[in-house]
Amino acid sequence: MVIARKVDTDRLPSTVARPAARLGLSYIWVAYIAFGLAAIAGMVQGMVRGGIMELPSWTNYYQILTAHGVLMALIFTTFFIVGFLLTGVARTTGGSLHKTALGWGWAGWILMVVGTLMAVVTILMNEASVLYTFYAPLKASPFFYIGAALLVVGSWFAGFAVFASYRKWKKENPGKISPLFVFMSVTTFVMWIIATLPVAVEVIFQLIPWSLGISPTINIMLSRTLFWFFGHPLVYFWLMPAYIAWYVCVPRIIGGHVFSDSLSRLAFILLLLFSIPVGFHHQLMEPGISAGWKMIHVTLTLIVVIPSLMTAFSMFAIFETTGRKKGGIGLFGWLKKLPWTDVRFFAPFVGMLFFIPGGAGGIINASNQINAVVHNTIWVTGHFHITVGAAVALTFFGVSFWLIPVLTGRTLTRTANRMGMVQTVFWAVGMFLMSFAMHTMGLSGAPRRTDYTTYMDHPTALGWMDYQRVMAFGGGLLFVAAILLILILVYLTFYAPKGYTEYPIGETEKEQQVPRLLERWPVWIGLVAFLIVMAYGYPIMEQIHHQAPGSPPFKTW
Amino acid sequence: MHLHRFEKIWLMLGAGGLALFILLLCVNAFAMGMAPPSNMEMIDPKKVAETPPFDKPGLKQVGDKEYDAYMTAFAFGFSPTKMEVPVGSTVNFHVTSPDVIHGFQIPGTNVNFMVMPGHINSATYTFDKPGEYLIICNEYCGAGHQVMATTIIVK
Repeated sequence: MVIARKVDTDRLPSTVARPAARLGLSYIWVAYIAFGLAAIAGMVQGMVRGGIMELPSWTNYYQILTAHGVLMALIFTTFFIVGFLLTGVARTTGGSLHKTALGWGWAGWILMVVGTLMAVVTILMNEASVLYTFYAPLKASPFFYIGAALLVVGSWFAGFAVFASYRKWKKENPGKISPLFVFMSVTTFVMWIIATLPVAVEVIFQLIPWSLGISPTINIMLSRTLFWFFGHPLVYFWLMPAYIAWYVCVPRIIGGHVFSDSLSRLAFILLLLFSIPVGFHHQLMEPGISAGWKMIHVTLTLIVVIPSLMTAFSMFAIFETTGRKKGGIGLFGWLKKLPWTDVRFFAPFVGMLFFIPGGAGGIINASNQINAVVHNTIWVTGHFHITVGAAVALTFFGVSFWLIPVLTGRTLTRTANRMGMVQTVFWAVGMFLMSFAMHTMGLSGAPRRTDYTTYMDHPTALGWMDYQRVMAFGGGLLFVAAILLILILVYLTFYAPKGYTEYPIGETEKEQQVPRLLERWPVWIGLVAFLIVMAYGYPIMEQIHHQAPGSPPFKTW
Repeated sequence: MHLHRFEKIWLMLGAGGLALFILLLCVNAFAMGMAPPSNMEMIDPKKVAETPPFDKPGLKQVGDKEYDAYMTAFAFGFSPTKMEVPVGSTVNFHVTSPDVIHGFQIPGTNVNFMVMPGHINSATYTFDKPGEYLIICNEYCGAGHQVMATTIIVK
């Protein structure tokens, strides 16, 4: 046991040095450019599916759907996460990034931007309408896959920047426990790099040679298994940075303290362990995987309930203790003492509320045979719009409202704060209406990823039409919120008054004991490897030894 | 590591509930035979049209009010295009694809599974109510995905 470092924030520079700030801002603005384009695509999609508009002949629903999915789920999230974590690591390790970290950071940025451009151009040319899951044997242009590979490798470089800063901090502070923000960032990137290895294998060894015509057929089952090996941890890669903001930044914003240093770290270690060996719960309705192996993955998936409950407890413990310290009395009096008019708190808080039904829906999705009720229905779309599209996105917006001023040396003015509140409300209401309609329709069987259709006026399909219009209306509100957000962020980047803005990093109230074990990476990475081999070793071996006859490529759009 | 007493209770309730839930899922899947569709049979996707029984897709009566439906899902339709069974019939669907990945879903029922080239997938359903049931593809398969549907009539 060692004593956790109690950070004295007054003596540390609470802004981020220019070179690191410039790097962070470059990541964050690529994220928001992608977000803006994706929002246009999303709005158009909602209108088309709602039967409100028809597309001109030079484009089609699936091209726009691919653009929306790739730009939102892969580009916006990854760029924002790297920008947020790199600046936070700079902030908590002395205020700057050293040369090695900056080098990795910029190399990663260049690779990721080149990869993004390749993917976007192939999508615009209608050479890659394969959606962001790019399931073979639908075959996109090889450049789409190469772009995806560059994006992944670039994100590893960003991870190396985090690791390099961590190593430097460790060298300068021997025997000390790392700052919580740094620990969580390292955990996130360890998880990310392990999880993206299989999709890199899929893209580099299966999809690229096959799309170039070098290998005539592809092992479909293996490609899907490798994809979902990555596809589920991907959602934790979105979620963990949001948790960092909840665990570390939000307590400081509301004037409270980190609830428990070690429990926060333990929650992240559990997420690292149980987010990867679980991919079959995305493949429950598939042939070629036995019911027993599916059940093993389902069990491992559901264990994530534990760190989620720990997070929920920590958050409300922070809110209650802070509210009571500010004079809140009675059972719920502390609620009134929280800073409801501060968008830096309000936006992530609304995100947390969305995460409650989001988590419950996730349990339904992962529950083996119950999945048959909702699999590939628009319920699933509704589910990830309230998790990543609301819980995570609102947290990222809330972070942006202070992070961009920190990085540009400007301030979040009262008007900008108020506009942020309006933006949050529009986004929340839009997302509520849209995802409510999607969940309801999904339960009555409406499929996801499908252009407007009445299935020859079949009564079952006609029953979905009213909900589709509600969904489109929600999408319209979301688009308004997206425009408003971009305007606020442009203002904060270029026009807001110069001044000091705090990078909020919470600390524990008293010095806390942190078990050393939590920072023994070989132990945790070894355990991850063990769980992966247990969960995937035999099934993947079987999929290679007893594979179905391979599939040639198809372009069906 | 210090755990608050309330947090201990909270986590114990959560973990206990979770364990019970997982146990119920296992009982459901393995003791009551309600595992998700996990057919392990394989087929060459390039030879679906010449591999029996998929060379002649259709309904085959296998018992009193029990049928095997051998179907193909392709871009963008299902074969056979017309199926009719009496009320109360149990139908075992067996489906494969000669091209890309498709979905097979009958809205309003629990029939919902993936159709993958190289594999055959199956599900069973007993149609207790008469009507014209919609069968749709629920996995994106190309430009005509939204028209990929058929029906099964239960009289």
